[in-house]
Amino acid sequence: MRRLIDEVFVRTFDNAALSALEDQATIALSELLAHGDRLAFTTDTYVVDPLFFPGGDIGKLAVAGTVNDLAMSGARPLFLSCGVVLEEGLPVETLHRVAASMKQMADRAGVKIVTGDTKVVERGAADKMFINTAGIGVVPAGISISAANARPGDVVIVNGVLGDHGTAILIARNQLSLEADIESDCQPLDGLVAAMLSSCRNIHCLRDATRGGLATVLNEFAQSSNVGIRISERDVPLREEVKGACEILGLDPLYLANEGRLVAVVPPDGADAVLAAMRAHPSGSSAAIIGEVTDERRGMVTMQTIFGGERIVDMLVGEQLPRIC
Amino acid sequence: MAMKYVDEFRDPDKARTLVAEIRGLIPRIPRAGERPLQIMEVCGGHTHAIFRYGIQQMLPEEVEFVHGPGCPVCVLPMGRVDDCVAIAERPEVIFTTFGDAMRVPGSQKSLLKAKAEGADVRMVYSPLDALAIARKNPGREVVFFGLGFETTMPSTAMTLIQARRAGQTNFSLFCNHITIIPTIRAILDSADLQLDGFIGPGHVSMVIGTRAYDFIARDYHKPITVAGFEPLDVLHSLWMVLRQLAEGRCEVENQYGRIVPEAGNARALAAVDEVYELRPFFEWRGLGSIDHSGVRIRDAYAAFDAERKFSVPNVVVADPKACQCGEVLKGVIKPHECKVFGTACTPEMPLGSLMVSSEGACAAYYSYGRRERVPA
Repeated sequence: MRRLIDEVFVRTFDNAALSALEDQATIALSELLAHGDRLAFTTDTYVVDPLFFPGGDIGKLAVAGTVNDLAMSGARPLFLSCGVVLEEGLPVETLHRVAASMKQMADRAGVKIVTGDTKVVERGAADKMFINTAGIGVVPAGISISAANARPGDVVIVNGVLGDHGTAILIARNQLSLEADIESDCQPLDGLVAAMLSSCRNIHCLRDATRGGLATVLNEFAQSSNVGIRISERDVPLREEVKGACEILGLDPLYLANEGRLVAVVPPDGADAVLAAMRAHPSGSSAAIIGEVTDERRGMVTMQTIFGGERIVDMLVGEQLPRIC
Repeated sequence: MAMKYVDEFRDPDKARTLVAEIRGLIPRIPRAGERPLQIMEVCGGHTHAIFRYGIQQMLPEEVEFVHGPGCPVCVLPMGRVDDCVAIAERPEVIFTTFGDAMRVPGSQKSLLKAKAEGADVRMVYSPLDALAIARKNPGREVVFFGLGFETTMPSTAMTLIQARRAGQTNFSLFCNHITIIPTIRAILDSADLQLDGFIGPGHVSMVIGTRAYDFIARDYHKPITVAGFEPLDVLHSLWMVLRQLAEGRCEVENQYGRIVPEAGNARALAAVDEVYELRPFFEWRGLGSIDHSGVRIRDAYAAFDAERKFSVPNVVVADPKACQCGEVLKGVIKPHECKVFGTACTPEMPLGSLMVSSEGACAAYYSYGRRERVPA
C-alpha cells in the first residue's frame, strides 16, 4: 500500500532527483548561485476542507502557497519538498487528482518537487489529507524586500480583486444556501513578482494576503515599519458577488483569505512603472493602488470609508464568525 | 443588481449634505450647549454600521451615539451559556448555533471551547438548517440555540411549528429569545439615564411594527425614529431625531418605511404567539433581571423545548465584578471608560459579552476606534 502511494507521487512529479529514490535530494550549489546570492527557505502546511473547491484543490494550494512565500522575498522559487499525511481509506483516485494538480502547478511556477514523504494514519487521526511543502529559492543580488521597509510617502498596491478564495471556500463548504460563481484566486505569483522587480528593483514590502486577508498584511507592514497606512475603501477592488456574500453573512472582505493576491509597498517614483508591469501580467490585470504610507498614527491602518467616514482597520481576533442578524 | 440598490444608501455626497443639515439643527436644540446630546441606537446592527462606516467621526462634537442593548449575543448571561455547554456536551446531542454565539464566554468555557474539546457543535445559518440536520440524523438529538429579539423569533417559531407537524421528535430549541420593549422601558426607568432620544431597531420593528414604541414618546417624552441599517439610513434617522428635539416634538417616526409597516407583520406575530409565551422575568447580562423581557416555549410545544428535555442546570452566575457592561449598555460610561477595557477584557479573552460580538459596543470600540478619536 505504502509503495503504491509513493509511486503515485514519484511517477506524477516525474523528475530525476525524485526518481533516484535517495533519502534526500542533492542540489549543486553552482546551480543556486547562478540565480543570486541568498537562499530563501520556507515551509507551510495545508489543511483545507473540502479538498476540492471551485478554482483549486489542496494540491494546487500546497504548491502555489509555498511558491508565493518564496516569491514574496523576490526569490526565484526552485525546489519543493512534499510531505503528505493521509487518512486511512482515502480513495487512491483522490490522491492521483491531487498529485496531478501539484505537478501542473509546479510546472507553471517552474519549480521541481525533488523530495517527499507519505504517512498513512488511522481513520479519524487526520481529516482525509494534509500536505506540507517546504521550498527553496534564490534571491537575486541587490533585492531587499522586508515588511520593515515601508516609508512615509510609499504607495500601496494590490494585484487584483480580494476575498475570492475565502468566499469560494465558504460556498464550497455548502453551509450557506448561497449560489455564486466565485472561483478561488489560487495561483503562483512568482512570475508576477519577477515582472514587478524588472520594472522597479526597489520594491519595499511584498506579502501575499492569505489567512487574515489584506487587513492583516497591512497591519504587519504598519507595525514592522512603524508607519501609518491609510487606504481608501473605494479603491479596494472587490467582486460584486463577494461584496454580496459579505453583506449577507456579516463578514468583512478585508479579512477574507486569498491564495493568489499580494500587497506591495512601493516608493512613489516607482509606483507607475510597477502598476503598469502588474497590469501587463495575467496575474495582475486588475491591479490597483489602494492607499499610501504616512507618518501619522504609526503602527496603525486606517480606512477612508466609501461613506466618507474614517475607521481603524485592526488585526483580526480569532476567526470571523457570521453575525446572527 | 442588489448591490446597486445598497450603494444608493452609501452615497458620500448625500452623507455630506445630511451632516451639514445636522450641524444646522444643533444650535436650535436647547440642551445642546450644556453637554453632548446622547442618542441611543438600540440595535446592534446599527452599532455595527456606525463603526463600520466611521459615522461618529463625521458628526459634530455635540452629538454622541450611545450603543444600546440590542445585540442579543451581548446580553446573554453566563449562566445560560453554561446551560448551552452542558447540553452540547451530552454525547447524543448535535448542538447547532449561529456563528457569533460560539465565542460568548460562560463561567467555565464558550461553545467554541466545548467544540474544541470534542462536543458536536455546528454552525448554521438558519434554524431550518438545524431541522434538516435532525432529519438526517435520526439517532441523535439536535438542539438549536434560539437567540435574538423579535427579529429571529418568527423563524424559530415557524421551525418548531414545522417540526411538530412533521413529528420530528429528535429536534428541540434552547430558547433564549428576548423582547425589546421591556428592555427599553428598563433603560428609560434607570436613575442615571441621560439619553435625549432613540434610533429604533429596524428589523425588530418589521415584525412588531412602530406602534409598540408609542409609550417612549407619550410617557417618557423622548423622540424615537425607527431606522434602516445602511449608513445613510442611520444618518437620516439621527437627523430626524434631532429635528424633533429642535422642534420640541416627541414622536415615533419611521425612517425605514420601505420595510417597516406601522402594524408589524401579522403572520410572523401569529407564529410567535402560537409557540411562545412571556416569562415572568429574564436575566440580562449587565442589566440584571427584567420583568417580562424573555419568552419561553408554550406547553403545547413542550416536546420541542430543550430546557425541559434535558433538564438544564439553570444556574444563575453573577457577572464578573469588574465588568461595567451595564453602565456601558445604559450609556452612563463609554466602552473605553470601563475599568477592564482593553486590559482584563479584550476580544481574545472577553470578560464581558459586549467584547464578544462584532455588534457589541466594546468589541467595535476595540477594533475600530480604541486608541484615539479619529478626526473627520
